[in-house]
Amino acid sequence: MSTHNSDFVKGRGDRILDTVNYFLLVLLAIVTLYPFWYILIISISTQAEANKIGLHIFTANPNFDSYRSIFKNRYIYMAYGNTIIRAVLGTSINLCLTTMLAYAMSKKYLPHRNFYTSIIIFTMFFSGGLIPSYLLIRNLNLLNTIWALIIPGAIGTYNMIIIRNYFQSLPIELEESAKIDGANDLRILLSIYLPVSTPVIATVTLWCLVGHWNAWFDALIYTNGNQKLMVLQLLLRKLLIEGSNNLINASSLKIEDSSLAPSTESIKAATIMVSTLPILMVYPFIQKYFVKGIMIGSLKG
Amino acid sequence: MKLFKHNESSKKNKLSNNGSNMIIVKSNNAFNKILKNYWSNRYIVAMLYIGLIYYAIFCYVPMYGIQIAFKDYKFLKGITGSPWVGLENFKMLFIGSGFLEVFKNTLIISFYKLLFGFPTPIILALMLNEVYNVRFKRVVQTISYLPHFISWVIISGILLQVLSPSSGAVNYIIKLLGFEPIFFMGDSKWFRFTLITSSIWKNIGFSSIIYLATVSSINTELYEAAYIDGATRLKRIIHITIPGLMPVIMIQLILSVGSIINDDFDQIFNMYNEAVYNVADVIGTYTYRMGLVNLQYGFSTAVSLSKNVIAFILIVFTNIVTSRYSEYGIW
Repeated sequence: MSTHNSDFVKGRGDRILDTVNYFLLVLLAIVTLYPFWYILIISISTQAEANKIGLHIFTANPNFDSYRSIFKNRYIYMAYGNTIIRAVLGTSINLCLTTMLAYAMSKKYLPHRNFYTSIIIFTMFFSGGLIPSYLLIRNLNLLNTIWALIIPGAIGTYNMIIIRNYFQSLPIELEESAKIDGANDLRILLSIYLPVSTPVIATVTLWCLVGHWNAWFDALIYTNGNQKLMVLQLLLRKLLIEGSNNLINASSLKIEDSSLAPSTESIKAATIMVSTLPILMVYPFIQKYFVKGIMIGSLKG
Repeated sequence: MKLFKHNESSKKNKLSNNGSNMIIVKSNNAFNKILKNYWSNRYIVAMLYIGLIYYAIFCYVPMYGIQIAFKDYKFLKGITGSPWVGLENFKMLFIGSGFLEVFKNTLIISFYKLLFGFPTPIILALMLNEVYNVRFKRVVQTISYLPHFISWVIISGILLQVLSPSSGAVNYIIKLLGFEPIFFMGDSKWFRFTLITSSIWKNIGFSSIIYLATVSSINTELYEAAYIDGATRLKRIIHITIPGLMPVIMIQLILSVGSIINDDFDQIFNMYNEAVYNVADVIGTYTYRMGLVNLQYGFSTAVSLSKNVIAFILIVFTNIVTSRYSEYGIW
């Protein structure tokens, strides 16, 4: 990688450059992490401490009442459940359809391949827009069903192209030998192509999962009428941005001394932590797949 | 589609030509050949058509629905039944200041994001490339990618707390330094600054990946030769690393300019409020409010169609430019 310069003897200017460089990078790391840390500290502060003005770098006596309070809230469980359902179901459907299409499109001998490719690519650059899409979902009677959050994004064109490019880069002998043995394309896809494509499939899977986990706009426009379908991000939006405090209330905790009850800010912070934690926890381990995906995607197919 | 076309043309041949059986046989043969080709590849054709059904319904049906931009949409009459009004909806774009202001905001915000948000990931990549401690480098990279995976809903929620003029940490520092607190999220003088800074904060790490990867592919012999010739590190960066990055920088730049009409709806919709509409309302948010809040379906579709057409022209144009000046291109 970049160890190339490390053997070189450093002059004085180089050392100054080094120091400034390390300093700025540490600063960047702090600026990036601090807001999350701030929220974490606020979420475990008592009302008195949370209301104090300051940097909130640590808290003397951590207090988990805000977490206790949100875990008593049925909306959180519902939102969590819905988000997991849409993420798992949506990602599975997406992977099946996207991989199948990518397999078909990767075959040079697919009849009228260029014509179909252009039909598909065109949708990346031109779309019907908000209202026509909304009307379509309404006319299909999908409004206020979980399917409205899953089916409209069932194939990701960009992902399809990445997988297609990867399939195209595989040696053609893989397919030919399997065909001689009498396997059909579905068999070849499932038992030969997929096992050797784990890096790209893993990347696309993670993209899908994170995409579903973070999605909120489709829930806002398609399932807003049904509170039972509330997803995590929409709940957060209502709570943090639209300020509807009625979704959470500290009073559900019976605490005699009101100054000990968690503040709204703490409850909001705890909700942020609870919904971000899954991403924060798996993130360091899955990060390399995202990076790999960027690399695969940036190569021209 | 093609199948049908061939079918039709062969029928036409049958009807229109008087006598020459050769052509009929020929076109029938061609048609049969296509049919055979499809049949012998039936598995992949089936996989293809399952996908195409999706595209037909969820991409092309909404495109058919664009016609409501030229109609006075009536709920009960539906898309096809509503009366045509010609360019009425488009004329409304230029009546009053609504759309023009939104258009201007979109361009201004995109321009500033490009101006400040484009170079920063390149600088970060150059800085990371100068770090020899692999572990330190990896930690900084991992941290800097993190905000990319957090939704704007959450980031906006965090910013509301951290930037709060009364209790936020940033204003605490500003006050310590002896300045007046700044209402970053609600003051129209500061809101664009907040938008651009937070956008850089979220994307700097992830956008640097492509540059870092390119840097690591530069031939190390160049550095060695430069070192032997007495080039300092700064000189090596300026004369080797940056020129090595140039092709990628150019492509990324052209692509960003091509998408200048696209606003970051997720960010703005979650961060803006009525106090800053005059500086922050962009085409995406305007389309949403006109369409799904004010229920002016025709007008809203006219707005988004205008935007889509401009975006499409820009993309076609940038692709012509990129494919002419480099081996890269989108398709």
